[in-house]
Amino acid sequence: MAEFKLPANSIVKTGKTFDAPEGATRTKTFKVYRYDATNGNNPSVDTYTIDLDKCGPMILDALIKIKSEIDPTLSFRRSCREGICGSCAMNIDGSNTLACTMAIQDVEGDVKVYPLPHQPVVKDLVSDLDNFYKQYAAVEPWMKSDTVPAGGRERLQSVEDRDKLDGSYECIMCACCSTSCPSYWWNSDTYLGPAALLAAYRWIVDSRDDAADERLDALDDPFKLYRCHTIMNCATVCPKGLNPAKAIAETKKMLVQKNL
Amino acid sequence: MSNKHGGTGHFWVQRLTAVALIPLTIWFCFSLAKMPQMSHANLSAWMQSPFNAALMILVISVGLYHGKLGLQVIAEDYISNRSTRTITIAIVTMICALFAVIGIVSVLKLSFGA
Repeated sequence: MAEFKLPANSIVKTGKTFDAPEGATRTKTFKVYRYDATNGNNPSVDTYTIDLDKCGPMILDALIKIKSEIDPTLSFRRSCREGICGSCAMNIDGSNTLACTMAIQDVEGDVKVYPLPHQPVVKDLVSDLDNFYKQYAAVEPWMKSDTVPAGGRERLQSVEDRDKLDGSYECIMCACCSTSCPSYWWNSDTYLGPAALLAAYRWIVDSRDDAADERLDALDDPFKLYRCHTIMNCATVCPKGLNPAKAIAETKKMLVQKNL
Repeated sequence: MSNKHGGTGHFWVQRLTAVALIPLTIWFCFSLAKMPQMSHANLSAWMQSPFNAALMILVISVGLYHGKLGLQVIAEDYISNRSTRTITIAIVTMICALFAVIGIVSVLKLSFGA
């Protein structure tokens, strides 16, 4: 059955508290999920109060400050710190987003920082995204064509055809969308999820790709595609402002037209 | 329309039945509201009209088919064990079919003046 309650070993306990440094006047408290898959302990939430006058403006700046100055055992992924790599995707203030593009001042009250929901946790804010990447690979996100382009050079595309890719090629695979989707929580072993389906759509509508029919046939499955019930969590949380739900709806329309 | 185990057939028929149910439900509610008294005699007389009987059969069959498709989606969403899911969907299908047959036979009985 779908899991509505946390298993006993996943119940979150209260962890350590690190107070603000003396003399700090502008402070913010971060409540950060801590878990280590190697020690068998339950997860806990540690509380860090930091001096905002000595911290950058973004949530990621605060996490880096905590790791560098307060608690070096805190684990999280980060790389580009400008919303391009998708590494620092996590659940902040109850919503999936990128820590690097979310400002501390946009959170009212304490900042709750958790890993992406309903994924196995490797350590702290680092979740195991193996299944997510396998699903991306399953939609074969590369150009398929049996023809050689004229002159043996690049494949040309009209401006109109290129416009069709807008809103889908910008995906950075951060997994915010898929891990915010209840259908993905309950059926992530079979439902491909919004990110992989957006990637599939990106190739289906690409005029240079010759495998649209084959791609659509592969998606014609009650679980791979049709677990999407258009609740739009994916579009709400996407840090790049994309709308995977619309791409999924377009894919369903194309399948209906193809099979009618 | 191919409906192997694709899901597209299910998706499309669920939408078709949903659209069909809009006028059917409006007609059904208005017809009941217009009836002076909800007596057996009144209903029987109303059902004598082939138009009313035919639409009533559509309300029952389309409604139950749409309900079956919806319940199947819920089972597929929330029951991860494959055998439990298949058995649940089979039971839902049989119950809906049973209700459809009972409903249609009842309409026909009333319509033919039993």
